[in-house]
This record gives sequence, C-alpha cells and structure tokens, in this order.
Amino acid sequence: MPTKDDEPLDLLQGTLDLLILRTLIFGPQHGHGISLAIQQTSDAELLVEHGALYPALQRLEHRGWIAGKWGTSANNRRARFYALTPAGRKQLVRETTKWRRLARAIGRVLDTGPTEG
Amino acid sequence: MLRGWRSDEDFRDEIESHLALEAERLERDEGLSASAARLAARRRFGSVSRARERFFESTRWLWWEQWRQDVRYGARMLRRAPGFTLVAALTIALGVGATTAIFSVVDAALLHPLPYPDADRLVSVEDDLRSVGASRVGMSQPEWLDLERSGIFDQISPAWYDENNLTGGLEPRRVRLMSVAPNYFAVLGVAPHPGRAFEPTNRAPGFTQEAVISHGLWQREFGGRRDVLDRSIRLDTDLYRIVGVMPADFVPPGRTLEERNVDVWAATSFYGPPMLDHPPRSGRNLPGAIGRVKAGLTLAEAQQRVDALVASLTRAYPGDYPDAAGWAIRLEPLKRTVVGDARQPLILLFAAVALVLLIASVNVANLLLARATTRARELALRQALGGGRLRLVRQLITEGVLLSALGGAVAAAILVASRGPLLHLIPSSVPRLTTVGAGWRVYAFSTVVTLAIGVVFGVVAALHVEPLGLMHVLKQQGRASTASRRQARTRRALVVAQFALSVTLMVAAGLLLRSIADLVRRPLGFAPGGVVTVRTRMPYPNDVSIDLYGTPAQKERFYRELLRRLDGLPGVARAALGDSAAIPLDRPARDLMLRPVVFERQGATTPPTLVERASVTPEYFDVLGMTRLRGRLFTDFDAASAPAVAVVNEAMARKFWPGEDPIGRRVKLTRTATAWTTIVGVVGDARTASIDDPHVPQIFSSLYQLGEKHIAVLVRSDVEAETIGDGVRAQIRAVDPTLPVFGTEPLAAIVTDALGQRRFAAEMLALFAATALLLAGIGIYGVMAYAVTERTPEIGVRLVLGASGASLVDGIVRDGMRLAAAGGAAGIALSLGAGQVLARSIAAVPAHDAATLFAVPVLLFAVALVACLVPARRALRVDLLAVIRHE
Repeated sequence: MPTKDDEPLDLLQGTLDLLILRTLIFGPQHGHGISLAIQQTSDAELLVEHGALYPALQRLEHRGWIAGKWGTSANNRRARFYALTPAGRKQLVRETTKWRRLARAIGRVLDTGPTEG
Repeated sequence: MLRGWRSDEDFRDEIESHLALEAERLERDEGLSASAARLAARRRFGSVSRARERFFESTRWLWWEQWRQDVRYGARMLRRAPGFTLVAALTIALGVGATTAIFSVVDAALLHPLPYPDADRLVSVEDDLRSVGASRVGMSQPEWLDLERSGIFDQISPAWYDENNLTGGLEPRRVRLMSVAPNYFAVLGVAPHPGRAFEPTNRAPGFTQEAVISHGLWQREFGGRRDVLDRSIRLDTDLYRIVGVMPADFVPPGRTLEERNVDVWAATSFYGPPMLDHPPRSGRNLPGAIGRVKAGLTLAEAQQRVDALVASLTRAYPGDYPDAAGWAIRLEPLKRTVVGDARQPLILLFAAVALVLLIASVNVANLLLARATTRARELALRQALGGGRLRLVRQLITEGVLLSALGGAVAAAILVASRGPLLHLIPSSVPRLTTVGAGWRVYAFSTVVTLAIGVVFGVVAALHVEPLGLMHVLKQQGRASTASRRQARTRRALVVAQFALSVTLMVAAGLLLRSIADLVRRPLGFAPGGVVTVRTRMPYPNDVSIDLYGTPAQKERFYRELLRRLDGLPGVARAALGDSAAIPLDRPARDLMLRPVVFERQGATTPPTLVERASVTPEYFDVLGMTRLRGRLFTDFDAASAPAVAVVNEAMARKFWPGEDPIGRRVKLTRTATAWTTIVGVVGDARTASIDDPHVPQIFSSLYQLGEKHIAVLVRSDVEAETIGDGVRAQIRAVDPTLPVFGTEPLAAIVTDALGQRRFAAEMLALFAATALLLAGIGIYGVMAYAVTERTPEIGVRLVLGASGASLVDGIVRDGMRLAAAGGAAGIALSLGAGQVLARSIAAVPAHDAATLFAVPVLLFAVALVACLVPARRALRVDLLAVIRHE
C-alpha cells in the first residue's frame, strides 16, 4: 500500500513499549499524556494508536517495569498515572541499546550501494 | 500476585478518563464542539471493546476466567453423571481417608520431634555388655558421675522407674514413681507449673524429700487445689513435700506406657540411705540415663568422646570392667528409644495403606478413562470449535482435581467426625507424646495427596484425548478406534497392576494373621483360663528401720497369712503368690526380667549370667497348670529358714546343663549371695516369658526364701474377675490396710494383650487387604462391563450369525480371567519380597506360607469370576434388532 510522506508512521511492534518507557523517564504521566508526548517529541511523525496504548501499559505494568496509580491531572481530572520502576529503567537502557544497534544496522544496509560481482 | 491484577472496571475507568482528556484537548486545540470532540476522541481511540479484550488477554484475567469456566464445566460434568461421581468420590475418600488416618499416627509417633525444647540434643544413655551380647544392662552411680563431669552433656540424669505406695488419702494407692537426679527436668528443659523443680545442683545423700507430681495425680488425689504445694504426702511411708506440679501436656519420655504415665518424681543422687553410701562401679542398679548433649556437639562426636571415656575407665578399673564383658556406653537419640518397637509396624501399615490408595486411584483412573472414551465426541467437538488441545488437557486436569477434592473433602469430614473412635483403635503401645491428628503436616499431607491424584487422573485421561480431530471421531463413532484400543490397553494394564497390589496386601495380611493364629493355637504350656491376677506392693521406706517387711521372715509371715485367707474365699480353687515377674506375659514392651545367676562349675563359680527369674510360692505351678518333669516342686517347707532351693524349666536345663541332670546342681541367685541355692526340680517349658519364644530359659525361686516386695496374687477360680478382685482386696487390707491393691486382670486378657500390637497390625492389614480386593473386583468389573458395552454390536452380530451364548460368555470370562491371572502372578512375585520384609521386621512371622499363597489366588479368582460373569451374562441379553439396525 503506497503511503504519502506526510502520513504519520505506524509504530512497529515492540517499539511502543520502548517509547512509553522513554517518555516516563521525565516523570509520571497518564496514558493520554504519554500518547501526546510521543506525538510531540517525534514532531508528529509517530502516531500512537490509543486503543493499543492501554493494553501496552497494562503489559508493562504487569512486567513490573512501570507502576500505575490513580491521581489527578493538570486540569483536575482523575487519571491513572504511570511511573518508571527501577526495573523499567534498566529495561529502557537495554531496549535503547538494542534499538540503536538495530537502527544502525538497518541504516548501514540501506545506505550501501549494490555490491560488485 | 496482586501486581497487575486490575479489575475490568478499573480499566474501563482509565479509558473513560483518556477519552475525556482527549475530548478536552480537541475542544481546546482544534476548536471542536463538545459533542464533536467526544465523537472524535472515540473515533481516534478505535474499538474500546477490542482494547478491553486485549487487556484481558494481557493479564491473568484470561487464565482466571478460563479456569472458572473449567471448574463450572467440570462441576456440570460431575453433576451430570451422579453415579460415576459418587462411586469415584467415595473410592477416593476411602483411599485418602485411610492414608491420612495412618499418616496422622505416623506423624505423631515418628515425625514429630519429642515435645521438649531442642529435643534433637536429647539422648538415651545405655550401657551394653557387647561381648556377652547384652544391651541396656544398667548403669552404676559412679559411671553417671563420670559422664556428668565429662563435659559431653549439659545435663544428664538417671531415670529409674518404680512403683510406690501413696498413703494418707482415703485408701492407699499405687503410684508410678520416677526416681531421678535433681537436674532431671533441666535435662528435658521443662518446668513444673505451679511450683518449682528440684534444686538441680543438690548432690546430698538419699532422697531430697521433695516431690513433683503429675497434673493427673494433682487432679485425682488433690482435686486440682492450688494449696497442694507444700503439702506432705507419704510415699512408701516416707514423708515428702510437694514442691511442683507438671503441666497437663507434659508426657515424660518412656519406652512403655507405664513410664509415660508417671505420677510422682522424687529426686536423689543415687547414693546414701536407702542406697549404698558408696555404690560400686560394677553395681549396675540404675536402669540408664537421659542426657542433653552439649550444643555444637553432634551425636557422633558425643559418641566418640563417650567411647574415649569408656576406654580410659576400662583401663583404670580393670576389675570392674573385665575385657570379657565388653562394656560400652551407647548414645541413642531419645526419640528412637521412645518410639522403640512401634516403628516397624507403623511404617508397614503406612506402606499398606499407600497401596490401598494406589489401588483406589487406579480404579478412579479407570472409570475416568472409560468416560473419556464416551466423551471422545464431546472433546473432539470442543477441539473443532477452537478449544486448544492444551486447553482440553487443562479441562481434564481440572475435572480430575475437582473429583479428588470432592473425595478428599468427604474423607476429611469422616475423619473429623470419627476422630474419637478412631483414636481408640490405636494400641497404647504406640507412643504418642503429642496428640494425634490435626497438625499442619497432616493437612498438608492430605491436601498434597488429594491434589496429586487429581492431577494424575487428569493427565491419564488427557493422554487419551483424540488428537485427530472431529471428523475422525465422528466417523469412528461406534467402532473401536485406535485411541480407544490404546485406552483399552491402558485400562487392562491398570487392572493387572491393581490385582498385583491387592495380592501383595492380601498375602501380607495372611502371613500376619497366620502368625497370630499359630501363636494362639500353639500350646502355651500353661492354662490362663480361670486365673485372675491382682497386685499389691510392700513399701521400701528410705529409713530401713521403719520397714515392716525388711527381712525374709517378715515377708514370709505376710505371704502365708494372705494365702491362708485367700484359700478361704468363696469360689477360689487355688491361690498362689509370686513376684511381679511371676505373671506370665505381663511385659508387653519391657525387656525380659533378666537377673544375674552365678553357676557352680567344678567347684568354682562362673561370672554372672542373665537369666529370666521369678519367685513363686509352691501353689504357683498348680494354679498355672505347668507340668513337673523331674524332681520336685516347691513345698511349704521351703521356708526362709530352710536351705534355698530352685526349680528350672527344661530350656534352662538344656542350655546350662546339656546332657546332664540339673537336679542337685547349685547356683547363686544374686551377685551378693553367699549361700548356694540347689536345683530340686524341672518343669516343662511354657510361653510365660515370651509369647513368641517357648524356650526362654527360666529359673524359679521360692518366694518364701527370696522375699520380694512387688507381689502378684494368682487365683484360679470359677468366679468373675471383679468379684475375685474385691475379695482379694479385702483380704490384703485385712492383713495390712496400708498396702495398695491394683491391677486386677484375668490372665487370659494379659495373654491377649501380649498379642496386642501384632493383632492391631494384622487387623488393619486385613482390613486394607479386604478393601483392596473389593476395589480390584470393582476395577475388573468396570473393565469387563465396558468392554462388553463396546463390543455389543460385535456380540450381536455373532449371536445373529449363530454363535452360542455359552461360547460368548466363555470368551468374555476367559478374557477377564487372563487379566486376573496376570495380576495374580505378578502379585505373588511381589508378595514373596514383601514377605521377606515382614518376616524380618516382626517376630514369628513366616516369610511365606503355602496355605496363604494358595488361598489368596483362589479368593482372587473367585472375585474376578463374579466380576466377569455379571457383564458377560448381560451381553447375552442384547437387543439383536437394535444392534443390527445400528450397524
């Protein structure tokens, strides 16, 4: 399916987790806030599918990487805030390294011209 | 566990909150109207229900939900087949219940530590004479002091069980007294309450004149009153002050029931009046000691140090410790001493009951397998409708556990309800220092057993889930598929195993019953019928000057006066007196009444040899119906003043004077005796010392000459034991009102009790074996009935084609009997091994017995035959038309 250049990118499986963890490094945030932050920091390149966000949060919480707690948002609404746990912080480091290696490797493959032969 | 455990509502709330936030943002940033913003937020979110679904799958919710489904579904399946459920649950209840009951006894007797602090450091200190093969020969007072100073023990105290006369109450009572060192309670780490223990470091001569009493005696004799402390009591006419009462739950460690039921503790350092001022090293008058090994010392290390001590003492006192004796001191975990002989039969019973459980489980597994076949369609359908195979396996396991839990619950209910009567079944010889029953270990045990068999049920059924899919099963319906053939094989193998186990149990039970029957049938050598025993006891005052029964002549006067009066009692044919060793078989768990005898050999004396000895009056042999073989028995003239005489039994004559005439030979009946005792007669061997061994060498001395204070009255009469007991009591009182009278018992009951533990084991085994046989019968019936049902079309066709009914029945029965034969053969092989174990662990049990080995298979085939004939006959009644139409 052809994609137009200005259409936001779909998130690869597994990348959403990484982005959530990365976003939470700046402090606790609720689900809506996380989706906005990802969108904004990626210059609206990445669009978080809201329906997929919450199961992902649930999965991360279940693994003990983030911890959820009900609280009040900036505009006085009840929302569930998620904070990074120490285990989540470690996971973030691991995943970031992995992601960078992968991105570098893919970049190298894509940038290399056809081999002679 | 609770982490990530969120409710569905909570998750919905979170989504709602997200939608609200997003709507707000859209209103603010993009200027949408409130309703449009809500719609847009909703659109952007996508499917809420899909998110929720994913939420479910991401948590344990799914697992939990599915599990609940499984349980509901399983419960429905069980309800739908009430007959099956009932039979299966009751079978499981039987197995689990019996196993739990026996386990609770094993737990209390064998697994629980003794109920004292740091009980693993408690040891029983026993003297052995290894070179002469004698164990538990007793310890001397100097040896105790050596051990106390050795630094091996924190505390060590001799414990000397004795009887005593408690006077001063309404009537004199015989109490069980333990003479101990003042630090006895410190050894055990227990203390009286109310009151105090003895001063542990007191090493004054004689007794301390303080007494600690049991909770039971406090209640019985003193009505549980607080002012019991500082009250004085007379024990064997000596005055003691009560300083403490032991708590109700304190049970002292003891090898026998009597020793565990002590009423009074008195403290002494085992020297000084009434004992010797300087007890000799060789005077092994202390039965043994209990000690608390120093912390940090293992039992092996402690034993090594004790061995070193023994070696140095042997060198230092060669006169007291001749090499020929091989003196050694053995440390035995106190626990083992207390459990003693009860261990083997208990382990045996547990093994037996585990077999019953196994057989019961096999039965239920078989039933489940049969159902799995009938349910093949349902399971295939479920698979076709998307139930994963794993899911089905889980379903079956859930059902199995549900079923076993049901059975386990029934078992628990029955056990709790019948706890009292069940406890009465346990013979008193099984040591129970802690209460049998409701401990966490028992609960854990039955839960684990129940769950484990439930899981096994599920797995067995799951192994046969048809993996091939719906169409296959639907096509195969009504015909034997490969899977059902595999199932049939499993079921048949299970039945064979069941029969093998049942045969093993039955043979074991048969051997035990056989040994009892043999013991009962074999001539005892004496006639217990019509004989009643009553006991009394003369006091041993610490102050010997006030002892009314100090000299043999004083005792003789009492004996003769009592006998004269007893002869006048109505209904009494003959009365005799003896010491406590004279009552046949009255030592269920005690060692033989071995006492040292010195023999005269070519004019010199031999070192003392331990021989079973009893003192009796002349009438004794007549009352017991023992036969004189040679020489003469005692007469009234064998008095304290006459030359000492003795009678031996044939076994003694054979052992010590082989090929010679023992009459006229001379022995000394105590270590310290100066005068010789002459053998004047020989009596026939009788099982008076041991019910198992008819040929225990025995020597009888004249009670008049070797006066004893523990007195047994033996009366032959045709009157009831109670009446005789009252009459004897009145006559003893008439002679001396301060003497306690106790232990009225028909001799026949004592003989029966001697078989007590063995009988208990045999009866339980027989019960288990009968249960096993019944279960095996049901098992083979189930398999045959199922096979017939499955083969109904085939049988119908055959009948239509003219096969005779008889030949069909014959075929089915043959088939069943082949299973029984295979199981029987395997069982016989197994039972030969089991018999060896049994014979090794219980005296006088044969390792194999032709009659048992013959009877058991016959019984087995009879049961199998009935179990096969019933379904076979049913096969003949098949509705031929229906069958043919079906095909």
